[in-house]
Amino acid sequence: MSYKEISWNGLWENNPALVQLLGLCPLLAVTATVTNALGLGLATLLVLVGSNITVSLVREWVPKEIRIPVFVMVIATFVTVIQLLMNAYVYGLYQSLGIFIPLIVTNCAIIGRAEAFASKNPWRRAAFDGLMMGVGFTLVLIVLGGIREVIGNGTLFDGADLLLGDWAAALRIEIFSVDYPLLLAILPPGAFIAMGFIIAGKNWIDHYREQREAKPVKEVTRARVTSQ
Amino acid sequence: MTFKLAASPHSHQRRTTQQVMRWVYMALIPGLLALIYFFGWGVIWQLGLAIITAWVAEAACMSLRGRPIGFAWRDHTALVTAILLAISIPGLAPWWLIVIGTAFAVIVVKHVYGGVGQNIFNPAMAGYVLLLISFPVQMTSWPLPQQISQFELSFLDSASVIFTGFTPAGYNLEQLRMGADGLTMATPLDSLRTALNHQLTVGEALQQPIFGDLAGLGWQWVNLAFLLGGLVLLKQRIISWHIPGGMLLGLMVPATLAWMFAPDQSVSPVMHLLSGATMLGAFFIATDPVTAATSNRGRLYFGLLIGFIVFAIRTWGGYPDAVAFAVLLANMTVPVIDKYTQPVAYGHGGRS
Repeated sequence: MSYKEISWNGLWENNPALVQLLGLCPLLAVTATVTNALGLGLATLLVLVGSNITVSLVREWVPKEIRIPVFVMVIATFVTVIQLLMNAYVYGLYQSLGIFIPLIVTNCAIIGRAEAFASKNPWRRAAFDGLMMGVGFTLVLIVLGGIREVIGNGTLFDGADLLLGDWAAALRIEIFSVDYPLLLAILPPGAFIAMGFIIAGKNWIDHYREQREAKPVKEVTRARVTSQ
Repeated sequence: MTFKLAASPHSHQRRTTQQVMRWVYMALIPGLLALIYFFGWGVIWQLGLAIITAWVAEAACMSLRGRPIGFAWRDHTALVTAILLAISIPGLAPWWLIVIGTAFAVIVVKHVYGGVGQNIFNPAMAGYVLLLISFPVQMTSWPLPQQISQFELSFLDSASVIFTGFTPAGYNLEQLRMGADGLTMATPLDSLRTALNHQLTVGEALQQPIFGDLAGLGWQWVNLAFLLGGLVLLKQRIISWHIPGGMLLGLMVPATLAWMFAPDQSVSPVMHLLSGATMLGAFFIATDPVTAATSNRGRLYFGLLIGFIVFAIRTWGGYPDAVAFAVLLANMTVPVIDKYTQPVAYGHGGRS
């Protein structure tokens, strides 16, 4: 598999959130704002790259029968590292993401990549695959977070300073302000509905591309054999 | 020797969807009149807004899907959705509330699932639940029954409250909802609930002016009017008795038991039947042919389930009324109900 194929797979064709529908629990639970989505996306990305590299390096020495526990241990180690780092440097975001940081361990997208790709490929490719899958996952998180935050709160990048430092407070965009926000978008059902629309949008784009690429049917002209 | 006369099983009533839907909204008229009489003209404006939104949303969806628009307009199902939603929400609610609710009901709950006949959930009730959990304040601000209200709102005054939030004289909705003692009043079911939470007995709670002889002032007659409309539908065989019968029974049996064992802490069965959206739900909402169970036995179970959920949420749950939630929850169980109540075809199964 070439690097181009790997990136196309991770970002679009086999996107963990849109196509594999893996890791839906954090995806739906924390995407109430773009900041939370970005934070969790980056954390998942780092864990994914780290675990893919490690799994790929040790793949020769791990017996087939106990590979899953080994993968889980590897992933849990990286999640612990990330969790401690977030606790130290982005404490506000660490608090608002709460239980969903440790829950990255159970994110099927990560163990799925370890099993399906990293355990069969050299470490450079595995790292690149982890990067692309993580970016694909993060992008979907950001889009979903953006939709929900705009509809439910009328803002974008609210609380970005929690993740990026004080300068990021200026990123906050107030798109519109209403007295009564549409709470549903912030609540879990809103995440399901918005996710459904995003997946439908992706399928529609695929469908449109297929139709455009479809070769025009060769026209058969019939020769008239009878005279008038 | 007598020959039993029976209609052939394949003969059918030649009623189109449009005719069925027309009967449904004709039967809503008594309830609508009662709503106008007790709660003012607001409901008419809500109806207008809802119907316009539903038509626009339906047309937009049909043209996006590349289907004929007129076809969807003519079957009147969007109209019934709009009407049911408009009479379920408080009459003086701000205009954007009904617009958001109806648009959601038609676009997301109906057309995203595939249009008429394909939706899993009752569109009107899904729209109602969206509004209730998103805008709880507006959705619980029912106007007082006009008999105990200090204000008399004309047709145009209601429009002014709906579109601007104030009457021409400058009163806002909160002030309009104040009783003679200067306190805003909740709906009867809500007041009862609050009173019971404050360790009052039902008897004491019923002393409040918002209660009438049978149930909430105004509400009792609104419910009786919907019952009347529902009986017309039954007579016309638009609906069968299984769903409304099941739902009322499912509500009445636990209510009666609770009332017999703990009369001071429980709402009487009559009150349950004539409060909130019970009758509207039983005859007009739960009977939606698309989202209800299909076999007669299944419909009975479906109704019983709705009735029991309504009782459970009213008694132990977090909301004063529960018809919308109950209908949606029961909608989810329909595939299971249908699977286990499928009638045995003649010649198959049986004891031998």
